[in-house]
Amino acid sequence: MDGVQAVEGFFDPETQSLIGSKCQGCGTYAFPAKSGLCGNPRCMSDQFDLVPLSRRGTVWSYTSASYQPPHPYVAADPFVPFSIAAVELEAEGLVVLGQVVAGVANADLKVGMEMEVVTDVLYSDDEGNKLVWKFRPVEVAK
Amino acid sequence: MEVPPRGGGQVTSAKRVAVLGVGMHPWGKWGRNFVEYGVAAAQAALADAGIAWTDVDYVAGADTIRNGYPGFIAGATFAQALGFQGTRVSSSYAACASGAQAIANARAQILAGLAEVALVVGADTTAKGFFAPVGGERRDDPDWLRFHLLGATNPTYFGLYARRRMDRFGSTSEDFAAVKVKNARHGAANPNARYRKEVTIEEVLASPMVADPLHLQEICATSDGGAALIITSVEFAKRHGLQPLVTIDAVSTMTPVYPNTVIEMPNFATDSSATVALPERGFRPSITAAVYEEAGIGPEDLSMAEVYDLSTALELDWYEDLGLCGEGEAEALLRSGATAVGGRIPVNPSGGLASFGEAIPAQAIAQVVESVLQLRGQATGRQVEGATVAITANQGLFGHGSSVLIRR
Repeated sequence: MDGVQAVEGFFDPETQSLIGSKCQGCGTYAFPAKSGLCGNPRCMSDQFDLVPLSRRGTVWSYTSASYQPPHPYVAADPFVPFSIAAVELEAEGLVVLGQVVAGVANADLKVGMEMEVVTDVLYSDDEGNKLVWKFRPVEVAK
Repeated sequence: MEVPPRGGGQVTSAKRVAVLGVGMHPWGKWGRNFVEYGVAAAQAALADAGIAWTDVDYVAGADTIRNGYPGFIAGATFAQALGFQGTRVSSSYAACASGAQAIANARAQILAGLAEVALVVGADTTAKGFFAPVGGERRDDPDWLRFHLLGATNPTYFGLYARRRMDRFGSTSEDFAAVKVKNARHGAANPNARYRKEVTIEEVLASPMVADPLHLQEICATSDGGAALIITSVEFAKRHGLQPLVTIDAVSTMTPVYPNTVIEMPNFATDSSATVALPERGFRPSITAAVYEEAGIGPEDLSMAEVYDLSTALELDWYEDLGLCGEGEAEALLRSGATAVGGRIPVNPSGGLASFGEAIPAQAIAQVVESVLQLRGQATGRQVEGATVAITANQGLFGHGSSVLIRR
């Protein structure tokens, strides 16, 4: 998919993976990738490995953006409502938020449903596409 | 690796402070400077207490951040507006929990013997529509990033919590709307509420969808308003002849314990539960557990609760987080009528955020104002009969918990 990341550092558009961190001290994961001290108060390590996170997870919950979010969200004109899902990545023990790809309505989603991370267009401007991670139901992808 | 709960555990009368006076400026969309509302609330609290402003020796301000440059610091701003008289002053920012931190500051000063009469005050003026992050392109700020990358507004998070209840517990849209119907009925009797009209389930569900499954009437508005307390030592209150003696017996202003596995504003991921053991309790239940422990009581001792109903469904989460019922049982508790005025444990007799809308730095103080009015028997039209113990609960952006226990 052509374009550049809307904000660098959260995912790899090529492999369609979120990029998190794994603490060298206690092994805990973080997304976005951690800098500074580990979030675990009994760890205090400041050394982390950048790691790609699981591409698949299950729906923790979901909702819709039925009204246009305010700036700094860059909305299409006219605004098209979209869904947002919180997806649980079991191996990393993380729940991550992301938009759900266009064409999937809330009625299509269910807590526990399997989802995968994909690269998609957040918005387009004079410079081209700005990319972000989104979630897509695995069933739809087949 | 269990982190032990905080708090002293031992309750002694030395930890009590008295609430001598309460005051509010009505909530609304008045469009004036927030200082005006705070001063009006402070004057009302002083009059209620029978105290002169010049007798106040500590001002604890709850900050707003949405009204201009950082010099608009609440504590000194209110002290100046009332006329600088040399009082010591503090300012607290903890998002929605700012007011509870101001209460905690004033209480600690009084318990330490460093102050005798404290004014706690918070007020806000809000813009129309969704709360948005402060200006500038701030790519290292999760609050900016969640709007820019995800379009995740505050109602997004409320919608996630609500939908999870539905899918896990079988909650219905009618259950959620019934929370609004209850709170609107309470608020209709409250002269300080912004919305004073009763609503029906049908009207709630006919309002536009904002964050599925939540409709416009199920999400709290943003409001202007101000609230204030006069807090003194118990000895001062007794000398002053305060009757009945209403006291603050416990305050919680705690952070979460890692790992917090509930997605919280403004983050776009939780902590990891993969390698570090979960704490004994999640964040919201831990906030009120700390207050129960400090006061030496349990949920069965409560007469009423004022909780942060940012959405209808979130009020139901709080029932469980307060220990009023077990997980997944909040809808049944609501349907039983227990949480309405006249029921066993009324929740949000003030009308809650559903009837007020949120004036951020004033809101946690307003919860205490309502509790004090209820314990005094002065909550005309919405009185919880014979109320003796009240709890407030609230959660502020960025990891600020707050809960206050009030008794008579």
